[in-house]
Amino acid sequence: MTDIPAKAAAPSASNGSVLLTLMKLRTFIALIAVLVFFSIAAPNFLSAANLILMAKHVALNAFLAMGMTFVIITGGIDLSVGSIVGLCGMVAGYLVLNGIDLQIGYTIYFNVVEIALITLAVGILIGAVNGLLITRLNVAPFIATLGVLYVSRGLALLSSDGRTFPNLVGKPELGTTGFGYLGAGKLLGLPVSIWILIVVALGAAYLAKYTPLGRHIFAVGGNERAARISGVRVNMVKMFVYMFSGFCAAIVGLIISSELMASHPATGESFELNAIAAAVLGGTSMSGGRGTIGGTIVGAFVIGILSDGLVMMGVSSFWQMVIKGLVIIVAVVVDQAQRRLQSRVTLMQMAKVG
Amino acid sequence: MSAETEREIILKLEDVSKVYSGTVAVKHANFEVRRGAVNVLVGENGAGKSTLMKIIAGVERPTAGRILLEGEEVSFASSGDAVDRGIGMVFQELNLFGNLSVAENIFATREITNRFRKIDRKEQERRAAEFLERLQAGIRPDVLVEDLRIGQQQLVEIAKAVSLDARILIMDEPTSALSAAEVEILFKVIADLKARGVAIVYISHRLEELIRIGDYITVLRDGRITGQEKMKNVDTQWIVRQMIGSDAKDFAKADGHLPGEEIFRAEEICLPRATGGLAVDHVSLSLRAGEILGIYGLMGAGRSELFDCIMGRHVHATGSIFIAGKKVRERDTTRRIRRGLALIPEDRQREGLVSILSVASNLTLASLSRFARLFHIRGAEERQAVTGMVRELAIKVADPAQEVSSLSGGNQQKVVIGKALLTGPKVLLMDEPSRGIDVGAKADVFRTMRKLSRDGLGILFATSDLDEVMALSDRIAVMSNGKLTGMFDRAEATEAAIVAASALGHGPAGHTETNVHD
Repeated sequence: MTDIPAKAAAPSASNGSVLLTLMKLRTFIALIAVLVFFSIAAPNFLSAANLILMAKHVALNAFLAMGMTFVIITGGIDLSVGSIVGLCGMVAGYLVLNGIDLQIGYTIYFNVVEIALITLAVGILIGAVNGLLITRLNVAPFIATLGVLYVSRGLALLSSDGRTFPNLVGKPELGTTGFGYLGAGKLLGLPVSIWILIVVALGAAYLAKYTPLGRHIFAVGGNERAARISGVRVNMVKMFVYMFSGFCAAIVGLIISSELMASHPATGESFELNAIAAAVLGGTSMSGGRGTIGGTIVGAFVIGILSDGLVMMGVSSFWQMVIKGLVIIVAVVVDQAQRRLQSRVTLMQMAKVG
Repeated sequence: MSAETEREIILKLEDVSKVYSGTVAVKHANFEVRRGAVNVLVGENGAGKSTLMKIIAGVERPTAGRILLEGEEVSFASSGDAVDRGIGMVFQELNLFGNLSVAENIFATREITNRFRKIDRKEQERRAAEFLERLQAGIRPDVLVEDLRIGQQQLVEIAKAVSLDARILIMDEPTSALSAAEVEILFKVIADLKARGVAIVYISHRLEELIRIGDYITVLRDGRITGQEKMKNVDTQWIVRQMIGSDAKDFAKADGHLPGEEIFRAEEICLPRATGGLAVDHVSLSLRAGEILGIYGLMGAGRSELFDCIMGRHVHATGSIFIAGKKVRERDTTRRIRRGLALIPEDRQREGLVSILSVASNLTLASLSRFARLFHIRGAEERQAVTGMVRELAIKVADPAQEVSSLSGGNQQKVVIGKALLTGPKVLLMDEPSRGIDVGAKADVFRTMRKLSRDGLGILFATSDLDEVMALSDRIAVMSNGKLTGMFDRAEATEAAIVAASALGHGPAGHTETNVHD
């Protein structure tokens, strides 16, 4: 029992924990890696204009991914977010252009704030439909939200007969101008959409960590029966996460329409898959109970920067898909490896002690 | 049978250690298993019994040490390996497929097939029925396992192990969910296996049981083997001493405080069974503050279902409940908890704990609104409540931020109890509170129950352990077939009367009256 073997054992144990720390920070490391790689490989990548542009792209996916994170933590999935984006965009566009015809010779036009609120309400409502299907009618989340995906997309197409609502500038005499502020406006040098992202992300992170509702979301995903017996209102928690997901999707719908100053009914197709990918990349466990908002945001940035960077480098979009898929697979493989390594490191520490 | 001749050793563990993440489960253990005998293994929870058995059954590999099977060193790559060598195991956590039938479970991985590799379902069910018949379980081989009560599932697990035709059969707490009558049947089966030369390794917390059927006994404490003896040379005192290092055991003594006013009353509680009939059949009872009312009954007597009805977990339940004389109109669990009811469920893993959350999060899960102002959880207050509860219940945990699944069974049970207590209940419902936990933790749980009753809580607790219900209750209610069949004051209760009441309403099946505890 001299201290020589102890010293010999120490480096191997700390090597283990260094590797473990590296793996825990893998999403961050991936983020830094893509940043460094593209700033070398792609000219103009680090220019302020490009960074802001990329952040705006990433923000769209990040909103959806945050909603998705809560849903996945409760053990569910929300496939309908892409369609909600499309439908909410159409709702906003329709209201700007046409208002609501009351059928008695009058048409109500709303100002932009009201339009935004109505659109958000529509998103939350569709989320509520998801939630009701899942909690009251016991439809599996995958199926319920798949159904709502089709219904919402169909409604979006019906709203304009498949056409785009163009030129959403509005008319000053109706008070419908200013719709472009969300997508193009700036505050203190940053785009408005980034500010909204920051606010929503901070709110969501706070919710997850410091509120009973947040704790209940994790409990429901970890063990629904135990949560129920502990008095957690499981159905309400599930309703909330789907409504929040719908809310996030509505924000994205508004921002996209505002950026383009037009609403296209096919907007948002396959966005749900990107959102799931960002959540998983950020460490959210598909089996429920684990995940963080911060991780999801970083995940969204990795995916977003990767695709923008590859575009700047002129890589074909077919290759981009291959690369994105590989990144997601590697992320999950590393996640599994980390769990195994974690138990091995603890084991080695125990062996050293006892 | 003269036990004078030493039985032949079939399996030997030499200096075996097993290190897990979080704990050293087994330290330098030397363990011998003898042919044609019941080799008993006891120890507190977390002492390493289950780990040792998993090593023998090939589920886990030892970190160090050797396994000798009939003098020859072996190492099992998997449990399949061990099964091939004639080692079978009845797991404590039931290893069954709920979505498959009983017969399919019994023959899982050893399916009986015809010439065309198609599973011969009829033959499987016929053979499964034979094994179940030996256990007199009354279980049809074609029902799904998930439709069975947990006790019946345990019988299926036993039937599965027996069907392996093993030379060494390990039983990890096989009786934890069985009624007294079923335990008797199991013992007959064990005697039968013994006579055929099977080496049985038997783990249990019920000392009376061990002394009755054991031939050799090994005691584990903190992963070390502290005693190895022939059963006829030892008594309960000796076992307990080896297990916890002192004579401290036994049920907490009553302190003689008098119960107060009626705090809880249930009237005409009924719950229809999915298969027809009533799972809870017009049960009415009343409970006074500071009183412990034990509900004794065999498996399927409707105790757990009664508790579920009281907690508002069944929408189809009828009847009414009153707390402190006021009718409880709320029908959902959340609001009933707020009215002062709390349940400690029977199945810790499935209903008691969120195993991936921390000890602290589990403890406060049911009472978060107490620590929240508007919607903000005040961390300091929550931490204070957690440390307070950890100290009060003597939960052994280094850091409350640890995942709850890293604790031993007894400590997990304390977390479940702590969670219920933090809601500030007036009436505590405890369903088999001592199931599958060690003597030390049991004593802690019983002491806690006494203390709570002294503080004026009404406690309803369900158990199938006769000693427990006799020792702890102020009054004893007996349930059978969903009905309340007896209500005794402790002074007038006798084991015979309780057992008789618990068998009322059961068919004339001859085995039900053989279950007099010794």
